[in-house]
Amino acid sequence: MDDHTSLKQTPLHHLHVSLGARMVPFAGYEMPVQYPAGVMKEHLFTRSSAGLFDVSHMGQVTIRPKSGRIEDAALALEKLVPVDVVGLAQGRQRYGLFTNDRGGILDDLMIANRGDHLFLVVNASCKEADFAHLKAHLSESCDIEMLDDRALIALQGPHAECVLAELWADVATMRFMDVAEADLHDVPCIISRSGYTGEDGFEISIPASDAADVTRRILEHPDVMPIGLGARDSLRLEAGLCLYGNDIDTGTTPVEAALEWAMQKVRRAGGGRAGGFPGADRILADFAEGTARRRVGLRPEGRAPVRGGVALYADADGKTPAGMVTSGGFGPSVDGPVAMGYVDQAYAAAGTKLYGEVRGKYLAVAVATLPFITPTYKR
Amino acid sequence: MLKFTDEHEWLNIEDGIATVGITSHAAEQLGDLVFVELPEAGASFSKGDSSATVESVKAASDVYCPLDGEIVEVNPAIVDDPSLVNSDPQGAGWFFKLKLSDPSAANALLDESAYKELIA
Repeated sequence: MDDHTSLKQTPLHHLHVSLGARMVPFAGYEMPVQYPAGVMKEHLFTRSSAGLFDVSHMGQVTIRPKSGRIEDAALALEKLVPVDVVGLAQGRQRYGLFTNDRGGILDDLMIANRGDHLFLVVNASCKEADFAHLKAHLSESCDIEMLDDRALIALQGPHAECVLAELWADVATMRFMDVAEADLHDVPCIISRSGYTGEDGFEISIPASDAADVTRRILEHPDVMPIGLGARDSLRLEAGLCLYGNDIDTGTTPVEAALEWAMQKVRRAGGGRAGGFPGADRILADFAEGTARRRVGLRPEGRAPVRGGVALYADADGKTPAGMVTSGGFGPSVDGPVAMGYVDQAYAAAGTKLYGEVRGKYLAVAVATLPFITPTYKR
Repeated sequence: MLKFTDEHEWLNIEDGIATVGITSHAAEQLGDLVFVELPEAGASFSKGDSSATVESVKAASDVYCPLDGEIVEVNPAIVDDPSLVNSDPQGAGWFFKLKLSDPSAANALLDESAYKELIA
């Protein structure tokens, strides 16, 4: 057996074990990679009904302005993210990036305006560094707190709304990226209409002490099945969503990563609060001049998965390097292999044929538009 | 004669030809298979060589040749439908038939009870 003794457990650990999950080490936690149904069924069930994920390993952080004015917290956070936080309305959430001085990406995150404070959800593997980063740069004007006493679950899929509506009728009024507070089974929860699957769905922050009980009761619904990290990865890959550490990292800039949409106009050149974030020179130059390479979708033509780390070439003999796969695997809903990676701009147009080197063979791969599935976000 | 390896393969040996596949335990550990790559008939392998590849949604894994020999037949059914390996790993989900260079070498492999002990 693996040595799991140094690994942390989420508040749902015993529930996972009782459900027959296979537990694996992930970002310092012991996490369910799959349940007895298996990755394929879990993936497809999420797209046809509703999947429940434990994402309690992720960091939940609050930023409270010492002045009491939320704009002060927003302006402070804008010094670390190339995102319009000031313009984020109360009860709304948006995707963001922590950048470094070279324009690289330190982490990606969700930012919510909760009225009197900002609420962030950051990646598990980065959460300690993110917390230190926030403390170092925002402590003068804000109180930063890591919420270690809360679990986080995601309920994703076309039946997610009707399942939650049985516990809280007003859930139907939420739009994609809305954030609200509601009691689920008499437990006060923070609910956002968002996720990491390409499906409509919700992410629910629950006090740790009640998390297993609330989760168990949601799982009693016949439309809900527990989903492990395996299917979480294939779902996000089909949805074209980046995995930090694979598809984006300190060596990739937001424009290279095709994440321009995450940078609102107000933070770009000519905007009212242009620049003013780490690496602004590089990132704004990327906008103006373009980048040498770009993140694209990749659709292998055969059945063999083409995975992260596979080198891409412009020719079938592996003579002309074209880029690198950063994430790849099998897409159960696509019913075939899917991948993403970085390619030189000359090869970034959808339909461009490239070749990935897999076990000494050069497999044909077509550059494809992301996502591979049609998202069903309720905008 | 049914034999097993500590790499979780089974061999059913008759007249010096071993039908080779992966064990139920291995199939369960790998999870849903989505791709199988088999060797070509006529290819020769030494014990421990990667002779086939299986891929689940998550990862690729090698299937090692359990003994020295020559591939005399492969099972195209598992290439067409990799889930056969999950549903019937020790039957219809066989991988290939290997003509053993030295049939007596099989004596050193695990028998069923020894294998069961290994995975217990």
